[in-house]
Amino acid sequence: MYDATRLPKSRAIHKSQNTDSTGVCSPHLSLKLELQFKRMAASSAVTANYVLKPPPYALDALEPHMSKQTLEFHWGKHHRAYVENLKKQVLGTELEGKPLEHIIHSTYNNGELLPAFNNAAQAWNHEFFWESMKPGGGGKPSGELLALLERDFTSYEKFYEEFNAAAATQFGAGWAWLAYANDKLKVVKTPNAVNPLVLGSFPLLTIDVWEHAYYLDFQNRRPDYIKTFMTNLVSWEAVSARLEAAKAASSSSS
Amino acid sequence: MTTTVIISIFLAIFATSLQNARGATMEPCLESMKTASLPDLPYAYDALEPAISEEIMRLHHQKHHQTYVTQYNKALNSLRSAMADGDHSSVVKLQSLIKFNGGGHVNHAIFWKNLAPVHEGGGKPPHDPLSSAIDAHFASLEGLIQKMNAEGAAVQGSGWVWFGLDRELKRLVVETTANQDPLVTKGSHLVPLIGIDVWEHAYYPQYKNARAEYLKNIWTVINWKYASDVFEKHTRDLDIN
Repeated sequence: MYDATRLPKSRAIHKSQNTDSTGVCSPHLSLKLELQFKRMAASSAVTANYVLKPPPYALDALEPHMSKQTLEFHWGKHHRAYVENLKKQVLGTELEGKPLEHIIHSTYNNGELLPAFNNAAQAWNHEFFWESMKPGGGGKPSGELLALLERDFTSYEKFYEEFNAAAATQFGAGWAWLAYANDKLKVVKTPNAVNPLVLGSFPLLTIDVWEHAYYLDFQNRRPDYIKTFMTNLVSWEAVSARLEAAKAASSSSS
Repeated sequence: MTTTVIISIFLAIFATSLQNARGATMEPCLESMKTASLPDLPYAYDALEPAISEEIMRLHHQKHHQTYVTQYNKALNSLRSAMADGDHSSVVKLQSLIKFNGGGHVNHAIFWKNLAPVHEGGGKPPHDPLSSAIDAHFASLEGLIQKMNAEGAAVQGSGWVWFGLDRELKRLVVETTANQDPLVTKGSHLVPLIGIDVWEHAYYPQYKNARAEYLKNIWTVINWKYASDVFEKHTRDLDIN
């Protein structure tokens, strides 16, 4: 399991150091890396360009596993704030108008986080999270996805164990992910707003383990929340679609 | 009757010896080690209302703090075994669990003392010498509170905002720490006077996403007397102004 729990340092400077005066992504970033990053983001099918996209279901559609009240606050307040604050934060800077993925990459700044990273990455992460769930979801995947899980984790149960452990042991705020890189599936846990995009892999599935994601429904019982997510909420269709896109994007890069 | 009495006595002796034997063989490591335990709250669960709800106080103390204590003791036990086995890899690997859970215990033990019901002095401003020291470093008490609230609101993810004494530089500071890192991780000469928990569990049931409002209201139950006592204890030998 990749453990990305080392907290990157934040720096209180206002200008991104990775874009030149014309606003083009830094020449220091190799063209190959930039293309790969664009493909990664595209494959995850999140196009959140400073827009608060509603989840692909009604706010009460995940009941009783995730309450309407949770969606109202989590999407309606937290996610909305990330999007609105990002807009304010990039206004008048060279980041303004840039695609979300560009902002995430340049403000990640190899771990020395720049101010807009938190809002940008969290806007992306939350849209990805809503689309990782569906009413009547959960259970075991099938087909090629199941085959790959069995190949890379020896069994679905082993994958479940590892994903569960990552989600349960991420200290404080963060996320657990199923990700794809170098033709291999792996489980990753990340702190705060960090996501696999900046770590060089394609995100396929995520669970939000910030306390705001589960406190209203589960209080301190994060393990119960994770179990409910896996049993009743995961959209394996979304994960499969992302896997297909990731494989296509991988094979077209050289 | 006599037989029954004799058998009863025999059984009682046997039971006691079993208990002693169990006591001697159960967790020999922990017996000689001072493990952590959940301190009692110095006030009732509803005593900090309306600033902090009873629901939050119960969950925060009985669930969150208790879990840190339990997991810290578990990690200490594992550490003891690893040390006994000379398993240095495990000793190193256990450090993050110890820091997280031990830090959680240390921080929350201070936090409960940082708070007091209004009728027991919660919210009552500090007097000298702390009061003058605050004015000297932050212009006023309001200045300090504003700085604490701004820094507390800006913590991304989970953490704490601290008002502390820097014994080495002889001044008062506002610092933040991530997750359950105690203030001392920012400098071994830092002494916590007041810590405010800004993990979401500290305010979510009552304030939801409105962390700023939680920070604004918590000052009505801050125990300045505790902060003053700690300050005075540490500055008696220092020449602080």
